[in-house]
Amino acid sequence: MRVAVVGAGQTKFDEHWEKSLRDLSTEAGALALKDARIDGKHIQSLYIGNMSAGRFIGQEHLAALAVDQAGLIPIPATRCEAACASSALAFREAYFSILSGQYDIVMAAGSEKMTDLKGTDAIATLMGAGDQEWESAIGLTFVSLYALMARRHMEKYGTTREQMAMVSVNNHRNGALNELAQFPKEITIEQVLKSPLISDPLRLLDCSPITDGATAVILVSERVAKRFENPIWILGSGQASDTLALHHRKSLTELLSTKVASKKAYEQAGLKPKDIDIAEVHDCFSINEIIAIEDLGFCEKGKGGKFVEDGKIARDAEKPINPTGGLKSIGHPVGATGIRQISDIVKQLRGDYGKLQVNGAKIGLALNIGGSGATGVVNIFGRDKPK
Amino acid sequence: MPYKSSVPLFWRLKKSKYNLIGTKCNTCDKVFFPKRNLCPNCRRRGNLDDFQFSGKGKIVSHTIIRVPPEGFEKYAPYAAAIIELDEGARISGQIVGDISKVETGKPVRAVFRKIYEDGSGGLIHYGMKWEMAE
Amino acid sequence: MNIGIVGYGCYIPRLRISVDEIARVWGTDAESFKRGLMVEEKAVPEMDEDTITISVEAGRNAILRAGIDPKKIGAIYIGSESHPYAVKPSGTVVAEVLRLGENIMVADFEFACKAGTAAMQCCYGLVKAKEIEYGLAIGADTSQGRPGDALEYTAAAAAGAFVIGKDPLATLEGMCSFTTDTSDFWRREGEDYPSHGARFTGKPAYFKHVVSASKLLMEKLSLKPSDFNHVVFHMPNGKFPLTASKMLGFSKEQIEQGFVVNRIGNPYSGSSPVGLCSILDVAKPGDRILMTSYGSGAGSDSFSFIVTDNILERRDKAKKTEDYIKNKKNIDYGLYVKLRRKLKA
Repeated sequence: MRVAVVGAGQTKFDEHWEKSLRDLSTEAGALALKDARIDGKHIQSLYIGNMSAGRFIGQEHLAALAVDQAGLIPIPATRCEAACASSALAFREAYFSILSGQYDIVMAAGSEKMTDLKGTDAIATLMGAGDQEWESAIGLTFVSLYALMARRHMEKYGTTREQMAMVSVNNHRNGALNELAQFPKEITIEQVLKSPLISDPLRLLDCSPITDGATAVILVSERVAKRFENPIWILGSGQASDTLALHHRKSLTELLSTKVASKKAYEQAGLKPKDIDIAEVHDCFSINEIIAIEDLGFCEKGKGGKFVEDGKIARDAEKPINPTGGLKSIGHPVGATGIRQISDIVKQLRGDYGKLQVNGAKIGLALNIGGSGATGVVNIFGRDKPK
Repeated sequence: MPYKSSVPLFWRLKKSKYNLIGTKCNTCDKVFFPKRNLCPNCRRRGNLDDFQFSGKGKIVSHTIIRVPPEGFEKYAPYAAAIIELDEGARISGQIVGDISKVETGKPVRAVFRKIYEDGSGGLIHYGMKWEMAE
Repeated sequence: MNIGIVGYGCYIPRLRISVDEIARVWGTDAESFKRGLMVEEKAVPEMDEDTITISVEAGRNAILRAGIDPKKIGAIYIGSESHPYAVKPSGTVVAEVLRLGENIMVADFEFACKAGTAAMQCCYGLVKAKEIEYGLAIGADTSQGRPGDALEYTAAAAAGAFVIGKDPLATLEGMCSFTTDTSDFWRREGEDYPSHGARFTGKPAYFKHVVSASKLLMEKLSLKPSDFNHVVFHMPNGKFPLTASKMLGFSKEQIEQGFVVNRIGNPYSGSSPVGLCSILDVAKPGDRILMTSYGSGAGSDSFSFIVTDNILERRDKAKKTEDYIKNKKNIDYGLYVKLRRKLKA
């Protein structure tokens, strides 16, 4: 049994002062249905990823709300949560629901409304992804967790401040072409290095922003896929867990969850890192993209900074990473990001992604990370139907 | 954040927060902080007892937090680090004193400080911070 | 059986603000303040330090020196006028952190700047009555002075702690108090800063009580000033204790070792306790020490101690007063205002 993605939708990622979570979720779902050219009545089940609507807007029971707002009552609706990896989980649950033979057409979505809270409250809410009793409780923030990793990576491997800045520069260069990005503009290394320190050594322009947005994709079984144009096939899917608290990890310079999840996904797909044409990786902070490049096997451990510096991640280079702008430029509505990455890979692999198109992309990988790496999800997609 | 006003949530943890009491598994000899109810290595074969850490350790990695979360605004900027305790477990903590002198590998020792206040009328939460050893 | 101080310890926060710096901001004459108060700088707590945290650090040092199982301590009394809570004892937190056990008497004391010595009296009484084996008495304050007020030049933070029990390093040979209703300094419930009677705090208040209590004790024990190797009085500034010392007939040499006010200011309930710690850091076996505290409102507690041989093996077990005084960092008035929450944000 094979499963394909046949529709993808994303709202503009932005500070949506005039739109609520329900507005955004409905909009993304409608865009995905339109893209797949099917009617909502064909959707048999909904899986939605969301990190913390309960704290961001005081709303729980989100999946039923989404179905209600979309006029899809009474289909089953399930919410998935793994912090910033919530919607990659929703995607996997949708995938499994088809693999089980239960359904043929399923929607996986992701949404987050973050700007209704003031900044310090949003920071505290995001920290709910860490260890509440032993990390948040002593005043750590998410950027500080990645700063602790960055410091160690710099000390252990000689990764430079400039190399981290180059990640942000690359992603903004790509995002400048993306109409749905929150910050579609180019930035320079100097701008990154002169931006305010948030948590040493990370600066403002190393950090993905606080964003509102929603995304959705339509998954179908092999049996019905032939009815759709240009299906993009799931070749492999892996998920892994690690300690919730960063301080309990043996290493601060790698994410075990990424390594294990990608190994699973590569095995299922029968592919190697060199076979990946494009990748959407979780650049919540610049250092994380460098660590991800290494953990995904695109280069040796410790050489990620050099890999970036050598220009290998540019959209026209050997391994285009985040060719649509990454979390840095597109924005990071935490619960929506996993499916945004998948949506972008799907559009790239179809080969008609306009200005954003990376030529010749046949195989794409999406890496979505929850928290400081306690959850890692890797999905690999292909343009051609696997045997 | 309403949970930050929770009295039992912090009360329950006070022994660990005040005194660095963790657990040791007598089966595999590993020490854990904070306390665990199940040894992650031995699981059901594990045999856990309370374990008192000495409060000495060294800095594994560090940062200075300049944009704090809700409730920590007035303390900014403050230094935070991952600390490896001499007995083996690791913990996150704030470093007090001259934060410009924080360095990886430096020895630290536990001191007792205010961690967080629930506004001017709520509870004051105390616990360990870390002082660079001279 | 001798009862007295089994272990002692102090804690002084690292930060200092100088009289020069405060005078710079208020446009006053720093030299005349320094001359008048005999204070160069004062100790300021960090944002995350309060009476509870400094009591823990001082108490830890005292227990280290005592070398006893903390579970044997049957009472903890903390004297302070800056307890972090109006209702909820500081002592319960400190007892839990120092692992004193749960079979323990706890109460917080307040008597302006002499609540710490009142705590020592209670511990002594309970030990002598054989109700407890050891008692922990702490005097600690993170005192505040209203911005621009004369108190701002001296109001400081520090703690002194004493484990009281048998087999002491300094035997308490006698004590007494002198107390009247004299309103020289006060703070009403809910007020941020204390009020005071300016020059009225001198003659009818500080001097009358300190001198009377000290004299009463010397009469009670049939001692004269020359019988003491060291004396320490409450130190609201430098001038008051030096004057009282002279009035009682003590020499400069006798008061010198306990005279810490010039370098740390006046940590209220911690003032004479820290001075006593400083004396114990250097005292020789057989030395006799007079300590007289003063608390506005008003009263003085006087104690006479005789140092024992135990001092030699116990005093190096924890950080000394001089270590804390020397480990310092001076801050400017802006940071001081931020730390002491004088900003109405």
